[in-house]
Amino acid sequence: MKEGYGLALVAAVVAMVLIVELLRRRQLTEKYAVIWLTVGLGIVVLAVSPGLLTRAADLVGVAVPSNLLFFVAGIVLLLVCLQLSFETSRLEDETRSLAEEVALLRQELEAVRRRE
Amino acid sequence: MLPASRAPRVLVVVPAYNEEASVAAVVAELQAVAPGVDVVVVDDGSRDQTARRARDAGAVVLALPFNLGVGGAMRTGYLYGFRNDYDVVVQVDADGQHDPSQLPLLLAGLAQSNIVVGARFAGVGSYRVRGPRRVAMRLLSGALSRTAGTRLTDATSGFRAVDRAALGLFARHYPAEYLGDTVESLVMAVRAGLTVSQVPVQMRVRTAGVPSQSPLKASLYLGRAVLALALAYVRTRHELLPTTLPVEPREERASS
Repeated sequence: MKEGYGLALVAAVVAMVLIVELLRRRQLTEKYAVIWLTVGLGIVVLAVSPGLLTRAADLVGVAVPSNLLFFVAGIVLLLVCLQLSFETSRLEDETRSLAEEVALLRQELEAVRRRE
Repeated sequence: MLPASRAPRVLVVVPAYNEEASVAAVVAELQAVAPGVDVVVVDDGSRDQTARRARDAGAVVLALPFNLGVGGAMRTGYLYGFRNDYDVVVQVDADGQHDPSQLPLLLAGLAQSNIVVGARFAGVGSYRVRGPRRVAMRLLSGALSRTAGTRLTDATSGFRAVDRAALGLFARHYPAEYLGDTVESLVMAVRAGLTVSQVPVQMRVRTAGVPSQSPLKASLYLGRAVLALALAYVRTRHELLPTTLPVEPREERASS
């Protein structure tokens, strides 16, 4: 095993354990788990067989294999961020609707109480 | 448009955020000027006595658990109006800027269009606007006038009346973002097939707070105005739903 890949392997295993543990404790819903499991698996595969990265870099014409890794990692992180923004927007919208309902229900309850 | 066979049921929605000093007077004046009109104050998460003052003045109060901004507060009011079968909802600000005696002017305008915006008289009682803020206001009124196919000079005016058709749209989709409540809501309504018009109204000088004239803030305002406009045009169009379709079935209305 070449130097440096041990580090990658350790990082991959730590990431996987973390993801699985969060899933197990129901802290991570399925839709996020899928992304992170895929990312984790990718890291493990690359750590175990670094030749794969070199071949992939050759295939797409990237001279330095690690640059391909950085590029792909950047894209993946960007997409994950985008998904999180999307989900936050939706959550904000839902919270807003709930706040509206709470206000309406509170008023209704008061009206009912006053009538009694 | 108004119902032909009977007098329209009118609801005035007053969005209020920390307005304990003026909200009671606004409610009292509304009741004095327009006795047949129901008033609901949406307390937008105020930390002062806004809700209590409004309730004591005789208004129905919808108290939001936290601050949603004018757009969110208004959507709550529209939802209340829609579920309680009002024909018309009028927005009146809690700071006393909007003169309740001008209410009939807005309502009369609903004979011709779905939404009526009360616009300040040019020159009368208005503050002077210069620099980027002036550019922003011109841009907004120009774009909105073209979209609506009618002259709209005071695009950011919150003094407006909407009929049942617009109410159905706003109860679900009233924009909550900055400038969304005034600018995007109009674009959204027109794109959904509703009509907008404006009537000139007299407005009062605000008792507290003057729009900032600092160039930096004004430029920021211009930027946000452009963004709000751009978003309003590229966002997907909402379908108008039948106005008789309730958001939720109700057997009894809760107006007090």
